[in-house]
Amino acid sequence: MTYISRRVVLFIITLWAAITLNFVLPRLMPGSPVDAALGKLAAAGVPITNAERNAIEIQLGMPHASLISQYGEYLRNIALLRFGTSYSYPTQTVAETIGKALPWTLELVGAATIFAFIIGTLLGIYAGWRRGTATDSSITVGATFFGAFPPFWLGLLLLYLLAFKFGWFPIKGGYDPGLTPTLSVSFMLNALWHSVLPALTMAITTLSGWVFGMRNNMINTLGEDFVTFAEANGLRARTVATLYAARNALLPNVTAFGLALGSVVGGSVLVEGVFSYPGVGGLLFIAVTNHDYPLMQALLLVFSLSMLVAIFIVDLLYVRLDPRVRR
Amino acid sequence: MTVLTAMPPPPEAPGRAANVRSGTASSVPGPLRFGGRAIRTIWSNGKARAGLIMLGLFICIAVFAPLIAPHSPTATSFTPYSGPTSTNWFGTTGNGQDVFSQLIYGSRVSLLVGFGAGALATLVAVTLGLIAGYRPGLVDELLGFVTNLALVIPALPLMIVLAAYLQGHSVWTIVLVVAFTSWATGARVIRSQTATLRTRDFVTSAVFSGERLLRVVFREILPNMTSLVAASFFAAATAAILAEASLEFLGLGNPATVSWGTILYAAEQQNALLTGQWLMVLAPGLAIALLMMSLTLINFGVDALSNPRLREK
Repeated sequence: MTYISRRVVLFIITLWAAITLNFVLPRLMPGSPVDAALGKLAAAGVPITNAERNAIEIQLGMPHASLISQYGEYLRNIALLRFGTSYSYPTQTVAETIGKALPWTLELVGAATIFAFIIGTLLGIYAGWRRGTATDSSITVGATFFGAFPPFWLGLLLLYLLAFKFGWFPIKGGYDPGLTPTLSVSFMLNALWHSVLPALTMAITTLSGWVFGMRNNMINTLGEDFVTFAEANGLRARTVATLYAARNALLPNVTAFGLALGSVVGGSVLVEGVFSYPGVGGLLFIAVTNHDYPLMQALLLVFSLSMLVAIFIVDLLYVRLDPRVRR
Repeated sequence: MTVLTAMPPPPEAPGRAANVRSGTASSVPGPLRFGGRAIRTIWSNGKARAGLIMLGLFICIAVFAPLIAPHSPTATSFTPYSGPTSTNWFGTTGNGQDVFSQLIYGSRVSLLVGFGAGALATLVAVTLGLIAGYRPGLVDELLGFVTNLALVIPALPLMIVLAAYLQGHSVWTIVLVVAFTSWATGARVIRSQTATLRTRDFVTSAVFSGERLLRVVFREILPNMTSLVAASFFAAATAAILAEASLEFLGLGNPATVSWGTILYAAEQQNALLTGQWLMVLAPGLAIALLMMSLTLINFGVDALSNPRLREK
């Protein structure tokens, strides 16, 4: 099988496994989410009848039918994107809620990751090239320190300093409370201004990963023969560093970039929670606080899917970048 | 007088000759000598030395907490919501508890959960990695698939969902949940390293000379992966400390336990930043960052153990 077809098959199988895992997990957990659900609905003013209880039990998979038919129902619902109704937002379906929140997270995560990738990789190249010197030590120690910051803590600090004390940035939300989301330039700018602090938080905390990855790759590549050969040929140090060493050392980092994009979607949970940002991370934050099981399940599926898709795209890209993989 | 004959190179720094068996018999047993050399190598790395010192400080604080903390962490006898005073150096919580004492005692939980979950995750990773790497074929493919699946599902959301479902709200729940979500990275690395070592000559000769499977794995393969396992452990412990703090911050832990994460949770609940109690937010987060940083710095030294190119000259 060619490389690409293998990747496609693997993607489909892993996707199926992730979906099934999402089905199995809540059924393995102890406790009754049904009562929690009914309690929430009662608090939201929905009348509890026997039909209501029945519906909740079916939705959450309490044994009314055999496991196989439940599973079939579950798969059908996923294919039709029917994830039920959320407790936190009872006026819309879970699919709608997630659909509204997803673009915000993608924009935030994309910006933060690209920024961290570029800066981190450049720092890593420099640190690896100047290995053993004070520059290298200061870069690595600095990266370790900033990388150890709990993201939510850094978010709180930035919020306090830059938003509360200095008032340079807004305190919460994705856009000013009075505005309605449109595609106008003024709205985009407002949204951008709101996204600076969360993006900065995520960028700073993920920076260290890129620095270390690139630095290690550089060190390994610099030990290779072709680098020595280039230096012996009299090429300038900077040429060797960029055109020869960095280009080859970059390869594993590109794979990691794809994985990072997928995983930072999940990592945005805490940062979006702290900043009350209207993305899917913030949704998970709200869902957990409200014991909103339908929303939680659907979000877990969305996170897994985004990771899978990111890995898949990177795998396809890798074939273009590394000819050794093609058979 | 000039020396015309070539002099042998000066003795290398201790730890470099780790693979060379000593010719003279020594009274110290092998594993202890190996451990001593390992610690010397780690100590000789500047960054790792700083990390070891920092970690030692934290362990001392945790062990001697009753002697260091001025008050009991759970005593609610102070004026709530107060800023730094002479009795409460870091202020008080909404329940009137002393933040500084909570900070001191909180180190115990963070260290316990960090090392506990890290050890558990590393144990699972080593077991599965060794099994998968040593026996190619169906078992390897299956375990590899499970590992990839565990890697695909993002750790933090899974942890959050599991902790929310379990509602166990004890420290051990958190240890289990964290370990359950972080074994996969280590397992993948150990599996690939085992697969590489499996093809080496010394393993083949051991198998041919009739050594049993368990002996081959634990006496031949595993000792050559010690630094990899150690690096895996420190990485897992670092992630576990952050994960524990994150889960506590979200209120998924037990709010009654005293840990750095619960201090931040309380701070968020009582809007400490808006009431001017920024020290209550700064201190626990800084403690978490420094503890994680110390483990990462130690890992620099462990990396140098396994990859001589990374050792500082």
